[in-house]
Amino acid sequence: MIFHHLILRVVTKLLVGTIILFALYVQFHGDFSPGGGFQAGVIMAVAFILYGIVFSLESVKKVFPEWLVHKILALGVLIYAGTGIATMLLGYDFLDYDAFAPLHPTHGQHWGLLAIEFGVGVTVTGVMVAIYYAFAGRPPSLPDEDW
Amino acid sequence: MIDTLTNTVLFVMLVLTALAIVRMERLFAVVMLSSVFSLLSALLFVTLDAVDVAFTEAAVGAGISTVLMLGTIALTKPTAKRSRHTAFVPLIVVCVTGAALVYGTLDMPAFGAYDAPAQMHVGPDYLARTPDDIDVPNVVTAILGSYRGYDTLGETAVVFTAGIGVLLLLSGLRRRREDEDEEV
Repeated sequence: MIFHHLILRVVTKLLVGTIILFALYVQFHGDFSPGGGFQAGVIMAVAFILYGIVFSLESVKKVFPEWLVHKILALGVLIYAGTGIATMLLGYDFLDYDAFAPLHPTHGQHWGLLAIEFGVGVTVTGVMVAIYYAFAGRPPSLPDEDW
Repeated sequence: MIDTLTNTVLFVMLVLTALAIVRMERLFAVVMLSSVFSLLSALLFVTLDAVDVAFTEAAVGAGISTVLMLGTIALTKPTAKRSRHTAFVPLIVVCVTGAALVYGTLDMPAFGAYDAPAQMHVGPDYLARTPDDIDVPNVVTAILGSYRGYDTLGETAVVFTAGIGVLLLLSGLRRRREDEDEEV
């Protein structure tokens, strides 16, 4: 265990939770304020990437293992497309969220929007973290002193 | 007045950052400055009331892409290769293209004009129908998720495909190298 960059480590530990909370806010408050699945997914990924940079790739992979990242990458698209298929099974058009609450179409729209935004967020988080893992996981050709 | 001042200051800083990036040779500094460039553009988007775009620019441009560029430097070399060509022809190309773009903006509607083509097409319809159809305050979400849900599904698929592509390229290479090591 190396104990250098003490300030960075303490600040990161304080920040990561806040960043994740903010990502969840942007995700689920997207109907009312700027933001949505894409922004939330990127902010969520930033939290993990920050943790990975300051601590190490191994420690962030303990929190968010690579196989899980690869699974959720596809899961988000499935959630999105699945929402569309669910509306079709309920007898409406593809992605016509009125299907979820035929008596209150706007409620149905809210639920549909939440579902698809969640799908977008999940996929974007997965893609960003997966690309970071792919880059950081390769053996660097540059020694630390040469920066 | 204050808007003009903010915009001017931000644009001057943008241009200075760009000039500094061109003159630098150490790629670490270049990556850091391009992160600054992204942050400045994010601020510009905020002054244009495009907070969604500002979010994305700050997180992707200033955050993640900086990290990825640093990762790339770690895999390659920390200094730029000196070009043996003179910068004369590229300079002319840039000047001509820039002049053409500026000439093109002369025909554009004034900033924030209510009768701009972008505001006259389907925009007013969406704005008028959203309270009845969707009933969410953020019309951007309503358009992206509901009226244009099909497009956004396509976008998500594009992000997914891009991610899979990068994964295949980078991790596939690593596996092959490991295989070769085992054979040796």
